[in-house]
Amino acid sequence: MAAELHVELVAADRQVWSGEATLVVARTTSGDIGVMPGHQPLLGVLESGPVTIRTSEGGTVVAAVHGGFISFADNKLSLLAEIAELSDEIDVQRTERELERAKAEGDAAAERRADVRLRAAAAR
Amino acid sequence: MGAQLRVYKRRIRSVTATKKITKAMEMIAASRVVKAQRKVAASTPYATELTRAVTAVGTGSNTKHPLTTEADNPTRAAVLLLTSDRGLAGAFNSNAIKAAEQLTERLEREGRQVDTYIVGRRGVAHYNFRERKIAESWSGFTDEPTYADAKKVAAPLIEAIQKDTAEGGVDELHIVFTEFVSMMTQTALDARLLPLRLDEVAEEVKPQGEILPLYDFEPSAEDVLDALLPRYVESRVYNALLQSAASKHAATRRAMKSATDNAGELINTLSRLANAARQAEITQEISEIVGGASALADATAGSDR
Repeated sequence: MAAELHVELVAADRQVWSGEATLVVARTTSGDIGVMPGHQPLLGVLESGPVTIRTSEGGTVVAAVHGGFISFADNKLSLLAEIAELSDEIDVQRTERELERAKAEGDAAAERRADVRLRAAAAR
Repeated sequence: MGAQLRVYKRRIRSVTATKKITKAMEMIAASRVVKAQRKVAASTPYATELTRAVTAVGTGSNTKHPLTTEADNPTRAAVLLLTSDRGLAGAFNSNAIKAAEQLTERLEREGRQVDTYIVGRRGVAHYNFRERKIAESWSGFTDEPTYADAKKVAAPLIEAIQKDTAEGGVDELHIVFTEFVSMMTQTALDARLLPLRLDEVAEEVKPQGEILPLYDFEPSAEDVLDALLPRYVESRVYNALLQSAASKHAATRRAMKSATDNAGELINTLSRLANAARQAEITQEISEIVGGASALADATAGSDR
């Protein structure tokens, strides 16, 4: 059996996903970082972006994460985000509409949020 | 029907209507408590993980940060008071306000100027009536607070603590809220959010003396702490808002339950009085008839002779 790490993806108001994984890729402020079992203890600031989790069953879970933290110690990885959504939960059509509206209104924050969601949905 | 009896009947009707309303409010509050409790539970994983991370940075690095170091001579403090928008919750709001007033008094005795921030119309009304200064206030979301609300509340507080005291900033941040202990017990308490007492926070996370690993910080310990602490304050405010909401619903439920019980008792008493009044009326009528009949009998007996 391949080495595993335990992942908890929590948003401010709920637990989004939790389970075993072999690789987690997330985007920190200084670039993408991949965490595998046995990684050095790590605490980093996340950029908004898609987070990819390779589960030990061989599947892939993608989530859109809007800012937050990644912390890893003792083979336990926590992804803390104010807002986090799994790619399955993202309604692509609605997000596209949101993106258009954000572009029309020049709302940079909303545009980035919608963009991250779309990228996460596309990676599914 | 006699006048007395009519008055009793009318009062019984009005108390019955009141009882129906309080009963409905009690049941609504009971269902909301459960929902609010579930929200508190759902927000716990985030809060624990965040507290862990804060402790890790605080103890694992020698970073000096304005939010973790105490000012040598604190002169200003911010107090955030959480009350509800609506009353009918027994002593819920007055207890929270009392706790805030005690804290303010204590801080002022220690020579600090206090800025008060208030959530909830009840607290705002209390302070406005006494013409006390409120730094900022929010209302409209106390029944079901969301994380966005917590962010809104936390933003000016974080801004105030990051500013220099000379420019109107504050050195300390306190929060007064009602802790949800159980359905029957809710206690108003005050806590200091910032500057952080790292040893206290650490105790919360790992009571059995577990050693935290040496973390690698990405991009750097200062940057991580900079990003973490505002989130920490937000999450604490969010948790306090949720607990306050749950406590408020529990207090409403209890207040409405005793109102319903009292209405029931009142109806019983009034029914007994009404019964007595009706009986008195009947007795009076009978004695009038009997009296009249015997007077008539006496009269006819007299004319016979």
